[in-house]
Amino acid sequence: MDFTVSVLLGTFLLSIGALFVFVWSMAKGLFGDGNAAATEIFAPNELGKVEDPAATATQSGELQQAMGSPAKPGQALARADMDFRVRADGSTSLVVGVCLTLAVVWLVLASLAGLISSIKLHAPDWWVQYEWLTFGRIRPIHLNLVAYGWCSLSGIGVAIWLIPRLLKTELIGAKYALVGGALWSIGVFLGTVAIATGRSDGLEWLEYPWQIDILLVIGGALVGFPMWLTLLKRRVEHLYVSVWYIAAGLLWFPILFLIANWPGLHFGVQQATMNWWFGHNVLGLWFTPLGLAAAYYFIPKVLGKPIHSYNLSLLGFWSLAFFYSQVGGHHLIGGPVPSWLITISIVQSMMMVIPVFAVAVNQHMTVLGNCRALIYSPTLRFIVLGAMMYTAASVQGSLEALRAVNTVTHFTHYTVAHAHLGLYGFFSMVMFGSIYFIMPRVMNWEWPYPRLISLHFWLVLIGFAIYFIWLSIGGWLQGLAMLDEKTPFMQSVALTLPYLQARSIGGGLMTLGHLVFATHFFAMGWKFGPKRLGAALLGTRLLNLRFVTSTTA
Amino acid sequence: MSTRKSFWEMDELRIVSGAMVILGGATGLLVVMPYLLLKDVRPPAALEPYTSEQWVGRQAYIANGCVYCHSQQPRDIKQAPDASRGWGRASVAGDYAYDTPHLLGTMRTGPDLLNIGARQPSKDWHLGHLYQPRAYTPGSIMPSYPYMFEVRQGAAKPGETVVNLPPALTRPGEVVVAKPDTLALVNYLLSLDRTYPALAPRPGGPAVATGGAKDKP
Repeated sequence: MDFTVSVLLGTFLLSIGALFVFVWSMAKGLFGDGNAAATEIFAPNELGKVEDPAATATQSGELQQAMGSPAKPGQALARADMDFRVRADGSTSLVVGVCLTLAVVWLVLASLAGLISSIKLHAPDWWVQYEWLTFGRIRPIHLNLVAYGWCSLSGIGVAIWLIPRLLKTELIGAKYALVGGALWSIGVFLGTVAIATGRSDGLEWLEYPWQIDILLVIGGALVGFPMWLTLLKRRVEHLYVSVWYIAAGLLWFPILFLIANWPGLHFGVQQATMNWWFGHNVLGLWFTPLGLAAAYYFIPKVLGKPIHSYNLSLLGFWSLAFFYSQVGGHHLIGGPVPSWLITISIVQSMMMVIPVFAVAVNQHMTVLGNCRALIYSPTLRFIVLGAMMYTAASVQGSLEALRAVNTVTHFTHYTVAHAHLGLYGFFSMVMFGSIYFIMPRVMNWEWPYPRLISLHFWLVLIGFAIYFIWLSIGGWLQGLAMLDEKTPFMQSVALTLPYLQARSIGGGLMTLGHLVFATHFFAMGWKFGPKRLGAALLGTRLLNLRFVTSTTA
Repeated sequence: MSTRKSFWEMDELRIVSGAMVILGGATGLLVVMPYLLLKDVRPPAALEPYTSEQWVGRQAYIANGCVYCHSQQPRDIKQAPDASRGWGRASVAGDYAYDTPHLLGTMRTGPDLLNIGARQPSKDWHLGHLYQPRAYTPGSIMPSYPYMFEVRQGAAKPGETVVNLPPALTRPGEVVVAKPDTLALVNYLLSLDRTYPALAPRPGGPAVATGGAKDKP
């Protein structure tokens, strides 16, 4: 039989088989214990009680009012349950504080590198005398600082903070994660220097030389280590869906990164397929799981109500893992690679609609009807916006994999805009919200200037809207111009200029927003500002205040 | 405290096994299978391996990130008019027999370069274009690369390559000398020529069927 046909048939049979296994395991309850697991993130009597440490006391009161009275308004949370949460949060404060601080530093540097890259595209004779600042170096520096600096370390920090909360126990082996995070950050620093001095490996997403990659593989494995130790001592019966995402993500990344960077293994066109197997899996099996884990925890936690459907969330988990892991080939449509590989990737890209739908229904249905909460909760504002962008980016990504669409968008700025919708619109927004929630617990201190949170939000939202909308339009027109053989190539370059300039303006606003965020972050680190209500973990005064507002409502 | 489930009922086991099986499947599909299929692809007879200077030039191409704006993979004429732009026929796996790391690229902020050596065989053009792209292609947004050259008063030393620039770009008495890596880079660009037929038979050997696996749009 023809090889291509047999591969396609094999994949088809495998998918059908997997579907039956899936249906069977749903029937046997092998996908967890349904809705009991959904309430596992709450303490007894906690349902209906809002929690957002980033909100001021007034905002918290209004948030609680918007959500209605607690399920059991008179009953306070048991002292023992709160003690466990205090100890859970306390056990991670050092390692999470370190990871998030490093992440914020990388974010600021990454934003500056991105802004410089963006300006260079429409001012090509600006700052050309330095080798390390040439577009071909500062652009990969930007990508790697964002991916491995900001996104990875913030994702790791948030994941480590979530683990003890989800397992209702203290984190065990925090020191491994501390060493892991340090090795990882040293790797990011050395990798940046390597790219700046022209020692890049030459593959997108895999620019760091393999000697430096060792640090990220070991660091990545070490940050996962405390999670496995803590899992063995868990005090919860059900593993909440966030644990599934975090555990799988922390397992996947070191393996992906190891295979992708193994020196001397990959060659020629095979290396191109490997490149995009990695390039898309680092998004689908590393950033997305960490981002979704955070969204799945914080949305219900802030609102004080469980997610819409727990079983749907596990369907989302498994279908994401299965379909997302095979979509990489759509980056090579029209390239010199076997057509069966591309066809499978396009099909799986379309199948991604299933996990995306599962996540969208779950997260949006949980928020639906409580949209007023977005006004009062800074955390929720970022995370819900991020969740909406996840849906948008994923649907857009599926459509972009179709040959007809890809023929226009491939090789254009449209793809760049799409990549930012995913990693910025979704992931970074979710991380911002998570950090606003987490840091008051880590520092035992409130955010000193709540208005800076709003300023950050509006700067990055407006900046990103300009960035995404204009670059998408410019990229699409660029693609159409390149497809028309009567249009000279240079016209496809010239027509993008106004859009590239708009992108710099949007990127400038985003960078400004990040500077506001970083300033606020470090102001909190040095404990600036007045000590207000709510700084202490679920302080009694705050609880009392909530009860007053809820009983008078 | 929860009642302990048996080992086989633990969610941890499901996560780890499921996650590994799925990753293994995807890796098999997108990494191992292409490996097995492509490892025996032979270089076409007309394709020369890179010389050591061209290889140095290729490293300069990587170090300066040319790949972030230039692809090296012309598409089939049925999908896009790459061939009409002079970028060459659709490439096949064998064309990249000597290309590790691969430089297929994902952007066409600038044109495809897989056949730039055939399309623009002038060394002077490439050197001058690297020094100031806008002197050769009005409206280009490619960066200029002054750090690849030495500008000095007086004459060049023996063995140095002076760049022949349009008079507007130099001051009187000034010479612009290309650094060794720059010459190597241009040498590499000039070597980029896959204009031979994709399915040429290999003399004295079995036919190189590198075109069979080509993706058709």
